[in-house]
Amino acid sequence: MASGHTHLLHLHGYSPVHRLPAHCKLVALVTFVLLVVATPRTAFWAFAGYAVLLLAVAAVARVPLGFLARRVVVETPVIVFAVLLPFIAQGPRVDVAGLALSQSGLWSAWNVLAKATLGVVGSILLAATTDQRDLLAGLQRLRLPNQLVQIATFMVRYLDVITGQLGRMRIARAARGFDPRGIRSWPVLARSAGTLFIRSYERGERVHLAMLSRGYAGALPVLSEERTPRAAWAAVAVLPLCALLLAVGAWWTA
Amino acid sequence: MHVPDGFLDAPTSIATGAVAATAVAVSLRRARRELDDKTAPLTGLVAAFVFAVQMLNFPVGAGTSGHLLGGALAAILVGPWTAVLCMTVVLLVQGLFFADGGITALGTNITLMGVVTVVVGWALFRLTLRFLPRRPASAAPAAFVAALVSVPVAALCFVGLYAVGGTADISLKAVFAAMVGWHVLIGLGEAAITALTVGSVIAVRPDLVHGARPLIAARELTVRKPRPLVTKGDRSA
Repeated sequence: MASGHTHLLHLHGYSPVHRLPAHCKLVALVTFVLLVVATPRTAFWAFAGYAVLLLAVAAVARVPLGFLARRVVVETPVIVFAVLLPFIAQGPRVDVAGLALSQSGLWSAWNVLAKATLGVVGSILLAATTDQRDLLAGLQRLRLPNQLVQIATFMVRYLDVITGQLGRMRIARAARGFDPRGIRSWPVLARSAGTLFIRSYERGERVHLAMLSRGYAGALPVLSEERTPRAAWAAVAVLPLCALLLAVGAWWTA
Repeated sequence: MHVPDGFLDAPTSIATGAVAATAVAVSLRRARRELDDKTAPLTGLVAAFVFAVQMLNFPVGAGTSGHLLGGALAAILVGPWTAVLCMTVVLLVQGLFFADGGITALGTNITLMGVVTVVVGWALFRLTLRFLPRRPASAAPAAFVAALVSVPVAALCFVGLYAVGGTADISLKAVFAAMVGWHVLIGLGEAAITALTVGSVIAVRPDLVHGARPLIAARELTVRKPRPLVTKGDRSA
């Protein structure tokens, strides 16, 4: 693996957030996102509160804001959709800067944008502060079926290998003057996909044989069996509990 | 097609979550029959492959590009039950690591992109094969049909979910036209690439294509006699 055994989404560090057990962070994140999604969209202040909570987590985890901002780019399709919503939604119109926009469309745009952004930033923080192997082990501790954990483990393990291969093939295509434009380039891309599959598969066969020869018996070794310390649960509970207070407040005033 | 958090209301998200959980539970049991246990790494590899292929954007026109969903492709390569597991893992990892698709919308995303595309793709693949001659070359056109239909059907299911639990007030007609219209185009790209991928894998390693197993079994060993070389001088004799 060219990038070592961590992924570029991971931000190596030793902050308190980095040290928390992965499965605790997973539970905290899912609870947090559930609360955010359940919040009525009219409670602006609650969403501001959620944003402050996430920024506080980022500050404690020492994740730079620039890193967050660069990663939020994955949300672009949602943003595009949200920008279009006020124009295509129905209902009574309001005049905003000379444009007749749909009132309910504006609400929906705000709703999707706020909730999706908070969810995206939450996942980015989780991925940035947790090693991928730990995250997979955390999923295993949360009783995700073993087959799924194994598939996920191998997928993450091979992902860099395959994307590296894909990148080399792209460079090779470009070096031969290939410029993907329109339908005529599809057969070339498809042949690339086919070649990629065969190469990856044969590589996987070799890797699997190598693993068997080193004693692999169908499951990844469990590195730690000890119980999760209470303090860890207490620490991760801070985020969802604050969020719960905000959500209850939002429902109260709504 | 990745549905973000807060796009569909809570009851719809919970219902699709239940559908996804059921589909995954059934697939976990059935997948054991499809693959022996030494193939878990290879299944992970197929998941990684689908993940990578989803990054392979292809131009649709007007500056936009779509990406493959890969459900039909995964079903044909590794069989439907394993394919559901692969797609689930892809979407789970995308949601947790890459923030692509909301965490509360995971059930919706698995149902649409992991279950619907696989079920429709596999069913149509098997159905189409019945009408085609039993030989390995038939897999590619069958894959074309399977992938072509699977994408707009997934889009159609999205419109259905939207009608039940959408949080934005857009006319259904507009959602329908936009989603299904675009996804027919994306489906064409998906179909072309799926068929050509399946074709090129079958040409080199037909044993790797799960869906083509009956076709390969039907192939008979034929003895061909060497034809005498005809050269210019022989023709006169």
